[in-house]
Amino acid sequence: MSTISRRPLVSPSRRAVIGGAGAFFAWAFAPRPGHASGARDPRFVVIVLRGALDGLTAVPAVGDPSYKSLRGDIAFGFDGANKALPLDNFFGLHPAMANFERLYRAKQAAIVHASATAYRDRSHFDGQDVLESGYATPGHTDSGWLNRLLATLPKGSGVASNSATRGLAIGSNAPLVIRGSAPVLGWAPATLKPADAELPARLSDLYAHTDPLFARLLSEGIQTGKIASGLDVKARGGAGDPNGMEQMATGAARLLAQPEGPRIAALAFEGWDTHAQELGRLARLLGGLDGAFAVFEKEMGPAWKDTVILAVTEFGRTAHVNGTQGTDHGTGTVMFLAGGAVRGGRVIADWPGLRSNQLREGRDLAATIDMRAIAKGVAVELLDASPTNLGQVVFPGSQAVAPARGLIA
Amino acid sequence: MTNSLEAALALSRFGLGARDGSLTAIAADPRGALRQEITSRSLAMPTGAELRPSPALLIDLFAFLKARRLERERKAPVAQTANGLGAAMASSAVGAPPTNNAMDNRPQQVFLAEVDARFNGTMRDPVIGFPERLAIFWANHFAVAISKGPEVRMTAGAFEREAIRPHLFGRFEDMLLAVETHAAMLAFLDNQQSIGPDSRAGVRAKRGLNENLAREIMELHTLGVDGGYSQRDVTSLARIITGWTIEREQRGPHGVPLGPPGTFVFNANAHEPGPQSVLGVSYRDDGVEQGRAALRDLARHPSTARHIAVKLVRHFVADAPPPSLVSRVADAFARTRGDLSAVYVALIGADEAWNPELGKVRSPIEYLVAMLRASGARPKPQAIMGMLNALGQPFWNPSGPNGFPDTVDAWASSEGLAMRIDAANLIAQSTPGTDDPRGFARSLLGPLLSSHTEHAMARAEDRKQALALAYLSPEFQRR
Repeated sequence: MSTISRRPLVSPSRRAVIGGAGAFFAWAFAPRPGHASGARDPRFVVIVLRGALDGLTAVPAVGDPSYKSLRGDIAFGFDGANKALPLDNFFGLHPAMANFERLYRAKQAAIVHASATAYRDRSHFDGQDVLESGYATPGHTDSGWLNRLLATLPKGSGVASNSATRGLAIGSNAPLVIRGSAPVLGWAPATLKPADAELPARLSDLYAHTDPLFARLLSEGIQTGKIASGLDVKARGGAGDPNGMEQMATGAARLLAQPEGPRIAALAFEGWDTHAQELGRLARLLGGLDGAFAVFEKEMGPAWKDTVILAVTEFGRTAHVNGTQGTDHGTGTVMFLAGGAVRGGRVIADWPGLRSNQLREGRDLAATIDMRAIAKGVAVELLDASPTNLGQVVFPGSQAVAPARGLIA
Repeated sequence: MTNSLEAALALSRFGLGARDGSLTAIAADPRGALRQEITSRSLAMPTGAELRPSPALLIDLFAFLKARRLERERKAPVAQTANGLGAAMASSAVGAPPTNNAMDNRPQQVFLAEVDARFNGTMRDPVIGFPERLAIFWANHFAVAISKGPEVRMTAGAFEREAIRPHLFGRFEDMLLAVETHAAMLAFLDNQQSIGPDSRAGVRAKRGLNENLAREIMELHTLGVDGGYSQRDVTSLARIITGWTIEREQRGPHGVPLGPPGTFVFNANAHEPGPQSVLGVSYRDDGVEQGRAALRDLARHPSTARHIAVKLVRHFVADAPPPSLVSRVADAFARTRGDLSAVYVALIGADEAWNPELGKVRSPIEYLVAMLRASGARPKPQAIMGMLNALGQPFWNPSGPNGFPDTVDAWASSEGLAMRIDAANLIAQSTPGTDDPRGFARSLLGPLLSSHTEHAMARAEDRKQALALAYLSPEFQRR
């Protein structure tokens, strides 16, 4: 068994200051030194979507000739019952993401499709490790790439220009991506309760195989509403719930908008593992993510123009719909980029195709864009990060993965 | 049975639940490790600045109650004139104590310190923790409830420290005597108010017996409800223990102090004079010794041996205690005149106690402690009490003197499961967790971990969810 780290993530006094919702306004800073007019005061936000978002439901490849038959009942079209918002004449956008579509039209949002991390197996835990640690293999859980990025930014300019703590972790537990030696503030909504809408369904499956007594109690609890289950779950403010996502985004945005506040933040939204009834569940979750983008846009105020939000997930899902109106663990998926600093209005893709001989192992959307190239591209153009550091420290051993060019307006 | 299975059973059925490394630590000889906790009498005493002897706590309480009373009296006239509703209304309007907030509430402060000293103290260190489980068992056998009032709330922890723990490995009759002479029990079951009708105080004040404690001594603490006693026996025992009380802050104008404030004293003025007969044995009136002799005989009664044996076996092994195991344990009790160490050794030495089928469901206290030990979480005592209240087992606060129930039916409810889901999720989400939840579950549960649970954990969406699934698995909830 691995040991449990008790090293505090942030200094207790800072955490206490930021401990409650009311603390937004208790944040006191020394007078702002003032940035040269015209110079960018950038913000970079990473949202980790835990559970493996299905890129083909979020951003359906409606124009691909194989798409409809692969997806069956959960396919979208540009017309008909399941109607996607058209991004161009090939890709659509899930209809729950109207805010993102508006930003896309305003050229402040972009999509990267058929992308993946360096990870090619199908374990959530290992996949999230690779996504967040920045290493090419699982098992490196001491620090995350966003924290090492923060630690290696050039001193005396941009984000690392003064002594204020520049990292921000949202939620009751800091996502691995922002954990590490660089100091990080922690903030969680006071009302954030760790609720997990999926747990009862998973327990129901487990108890059905193991324990008739618990199976009966669980089923009684669900029938009588004592135990919330699946789509019926009441809004409870967790990280897998649109209300919770909105609260987390609000907290993060208000802190990032502060003149001397943090500049680099990480959040994690949960619940994306849609093995069954995918359409209904993703409508709710993508709506939550979409709401979070809108909250950032509103709450960042003038800082929005200098902001990039990158939403990433550990891997994609099978191209085929499975037997329970869902999809299983796969490979390629989408990344979302949003913010006033994004050169948006486009889907960035080297489309691999959906014919069975084009699918990875005959089942997954293949990955043609390395997630690290995108993250590095943002780091270089938005934050002046050094490509050498990015290749050796931030994403160790990734010198061969060149930073993507032209992501930032 | 394999050693690793026995090790897992030792930890869950007889212990507080596995923590990091405990399965391996005892794997070579699980029964030996369990026996070792008995023979070495390895029981930690809860400690802390608030955890003082009960006389000191009671002196503190008397002062607190007096100050609160004075404060109320001082504020009463102001309230009267302020609302102008007349004396009757005003007196009820100021009924709420002005010092009712948690910071000023001494009994609650002390109670929470006692909770903290156990859940974040004595329950954390032991490798197995059979002695702590026994302390919980006996404190529930001799249950007091803090909702009775400030005296019990203030001294419930001291009761467990002073009357239960020192006798955990000793003789049952010593524990019984310590219990029935403790301030918490005398207050909880009203014996302080029981006055011999023919005693000097009884004649003067025209007051009389309160049978509450005497009845529960027979029905719950010793013989058991079918133990062969009659109402006449209850009344006789009630008479015998009249005058068993606690010295108050100061006696009234009639009395002189019988002992230091807050200590157990025998008040001869309230004691029913004369010999009394219990279960056919006559006890001459030699003051407090009359009651001590009666309690000693009750402790040694065969019905008591059987009653305790049934309760121990039902608690640790099965809702329907195997008769052969009950006989074995009761025999050990009778043969040794209630040497509790010998009783425990008889219990854990029997093969029936090691049935690999997990027939019992962990009580909420056991469940929470097991999760705290597994996760390393150290919640504040208020949070611990909040969880225990939600889970349905408020610590030291059962609804009656029979304590919390000890059967699967009592804890297996859909409400209870809903709360367990929330508690497991809370603990999984709010602790640092582990890189390898399945390895973690294997290290906690050993061979008890089912392939179905492993499968569910492997499919979990993230590590926190995998941990919550482990805590909610049947093999973690059962023992």
